[in-house]
Amino acid sequence: MSPRSKRLRKVINPPLVKGFKPYGPDAGKGITEAVNLHFEEYEALRLCDYDKYNHHEASGIMGVSRPTFTRIYSSARQKIALAFVEGRQISIEGGKVYFDSDWYHCINCKCFFNNIEKDQKVEYCPLCGSNKVIEAESEVESSPEEIREDECADFCVCPQCGYEQPHHHGRPCSHQFCPSCNVHLKRKARPNFQQFRHGKGKKH
Amino acid sequence: MKVAITSTGNSHDSLIDPRFGRCAYFVIYDTESKVIAFIPNKARDAEEGAGPQAVQQVASHEVKKIVSGEFGIKIKPLLDSLKIQMIVVKDPDKRIMDIMEMLDH
Ligand SMILES: [Zn+2]
Ligand SMILES: [Zn+2]
Ligand SMILES: [Zn+2]
Repeated sequence: MSPRSKRLRKVINPPLVKGFKPYGPDAGKGITEAVNLHFEEYEALRLCDYDKYNHHEASGIMGVSRPTFTRIYSSARQKIALAFVEGRQISIEGGKVYFDSDWYHCINCKCFFNNIEKDQKVEYCPLCGSNKVIEAESEVESSPEEIREDECADFCVCPQCGYEQPHHHGRPCSHQFCPSCNVHLKRKARPNFQQFRHGKGKKH
Repeated sequence: MKVAITSTGNSHDSLIDPRFGRCAYFVIYDTESKVIAFIPNKARDAEEGAGPQAVQQVASHEVKKIVSGEFGIKIKPLLDSLKIQMIVVKDPDKRIMDIMEMLDH
């Protein structure tokens, strides 16, 4: 067993501002408590929705596991939605750089446990002492339904001949070329994404 | 070494409490001296922040491991940074004495 090294969660680019305030005649009349967006949540949002990295790449950049990244990212989006809908301020602060330990599973007693000593190899179950331990696939909590996040609902389309290909996060349409016309592609929303996903591979 | 176990009651026969932050009792078990203490979870009925309060309470007993049914997503990073190991036991029929026996392996 080769335990992966413990990961450091890091924020590479701190935000330019400390937060956001709602404006307009009714601003500040509802719930006035600010929504606190953590640095790592800001970072996750920036990597995914601004820099257009996919979850896999972004989790690598932040040095966290995929399930952890997914959790941070969805928390960021929930907080922003909350602030928008309830007209609340957003403050960007807090959160911290911390270690994200790896998880293991004991086949003997069926427990799950994390490894807090990154330099020590996990050989025995801390509960029953068995040596039948394996790396857990992911963290113990179930991660949100696995989706192919490198494939989004949109597609890149050729403005001349109408050629289409699935759009991939992190690969701007304007960097893609139509194979027949050799012109830059443009982005277009896919109306029947679900259908497409199920009938993957069939070109019409 | 001291280990905390979340418990539904204050006896050896009590079942493991599947919840960490809102468990009824913490069992603080010293695996060397075999001394065992049942400590009511002060955070049990807290309206919010039960998890972090429970972490504080347990950490004050200088435990190195915690055995529970689950740890919330806000708890994991806290325990990670305190270097307290989490052991998740999904079997709700395990009694405190069973867990202590396993720890004595
Ligand atoms: Zn075990
Ligand atoms: Zn074309
Ligand atoms: Zn595209």
